[in-house]
Amino acid sequence: MSTNAFITEETIEPDGNGPLSELTVAVKDNISTAGVTTTCGSAMLEDYVPPYDATVVSKIKAAGGTIVGKTNMDEFGMGGTTETSAFGPTENPAAPGHVPGGSSGGSAAAVAAGEADVAIGSDTGGSVRNPAAFCGVVGIKPTYGLVSRYGLVAYANSLEQIGPLANTVEDAARLLDVISGPDRNDGTTNDGGADSAYAAAVDDKIDTLTVGVITDLLEGADDRVVDVFEDRIDALEAAGATIEEVSLDSLEHAVQAYYVIAMSEASSNLARFDGVRYGTSGGSDGNWNESFAAAREAGFGPEVKRRILLGTYALSAGYHDKYYKKAQDARAWVKQDFDEAFKSVDVLASPTMPVLPPALGESLSDPLQLYLMDANTVPVNLANLPAISVPAGTADNRPVGLQLIGPKFGEETIIRAASAIER
Amino acid sequence: MYLWSIETLTRRARLLHCMSESSVDGEAVKHVAELARIELDDEDVAEFAEQFDEILSYFDALDEVPAVDSETELVNVMRPDEVESSLSQEEALANAEETEDGYFKGPTVS
Repeated sequence: MSTNAFITEETIEPDGNGPLSELTVAVKDNISTAGVTTTCGSAMLEDYVPPYDATVVSKIKAAGGTIVGKTNMDEFGMGGTTETSAFGPTENPAAPGHVPGGSSGGSAAAVAAGEADVAIGSDTGGSVRNPAAFCGVVGIKPTYGLVSRYGLVAYANSLEQIGPLANTVEDAARLLDVISGPDRNDGTTNDGGADSAYAAAVDDKIDTLTVGVITDLLEGADDRVVDVFEDRIDALEAAGATIEEVSLDSLEHAVQAYYVIAMSEASSNLARFDGVRYGTSGGSDGNWNESFAAAREAGFGPEVKRRILLGTYALSAGYHDKYYKKAQDARAWVKQDFDEAFKSVDVLASPTMPVLPPALGESLSDPLQLYLMDANTVPVNLANLPAISVPAGTADNRPVGLQLIGPKFGEETIIRAASAIER
Repeated sequence: MYLWSIETLTRRARLLHCMSESSVDGEAVKHVAELARIELDDEDVAEFAEQFDEILSYFDALDEVPAVDSETELVNVMRPDEVESSLSQEEALANAEETEDGYFKGPTVS
């Protein structure tokens, strides 16, 4: 089997020169490219051709980047293995026979296989960091609002950010410099990334840095992952960083809160797919409810249906307070816990994923088990914080990623710390 | 078995389920599927009922979360209400399966 990193391979030429000149860029297939099919990994959108470019795509073209194709992904970003794609799974180039992670698995695999120099993905609950960790590359989830989401097909608006993937921390930082900054087409953007100089942060020293290891996220992790993680933390200490242990009680509820919120937002966002303006059509004959239900039956895969239905359930009368409102409480609690922790440390560290990449086909049958794999990444999205996954080594010939979490707009700090781990 | 920790968590979720009152049956799945306008066959209904029961039982642990006072950082983002260029009618209709006289054509609203 080929890597199957791309759904569509098509060259989109740059229209300017800049920091990405001479670089090839792979773009996740839920990010709009004018005139080039954008499927979101779904049969629903297999023929959808956006009439406009996402802001990040315009910025990449203006900065000299040559886009080489649209990458495979879990359907609408819903999954952590890229196996829910309607276009077949992607194989992990760094661990043949295993999943590349997800949902931006095609973007990570394209970079790991050398099919693109850098890539962009989207991260709703770990979808950039998870595949970066599993494929042995670097991935950044920026602070909420740092990067425009204009042209990103929405799944859970309050959680997601577009982020870069690359072979080195410096290349990922360079791409983040290009795509970050305010955008009048996305009212949730802020000026935290305006005039950024993230790539310049890579060579800075770390001898004044305090790193907090989140013990809660080590307890549930595979021993082989923890061994690799602890070796890297020892190396950071040897390079001059101060290491502390941190425990955050709220994290026990993060996965529950994340899935209730993400599914609720998904049920609302994906209501637009009725087959009339775009997507699989249920025909214009007969009753509208039946036509829409037929289009959605045919267009959506099982995981997308599962999340829409569970989100509908969680928001329905009688259950809203029990699930959605409590999830918002848990989200606020997670934010408070992080704010408190950042009073005494500069960055927080954990393994990016609690497990090694599963074998292809191994994990699809039990949805709850897949959700629990996201335990270390979802707290970051709930708290709107920046985080980076950097390669930490391998165990059983499979890559292990180390996650560094920063305070709001702390991108330079996590990039600096990650580059020390890389060295 | 390298997924031991995840399985431990899953077992905890199943244990919580035994103590939980919530249960999801096929009728509940059919009801939300109707609300969400997704057609399901009987096989899907049965599989989803079983999975939803387990997943929602895991979510029940949110009951332990205390009420939290959160400070919102939200501000309204406004722009002047001015006419700007936008997609042409042709571009806007380009992805529609059926159109008529420059409009989208959909099923009968009943």
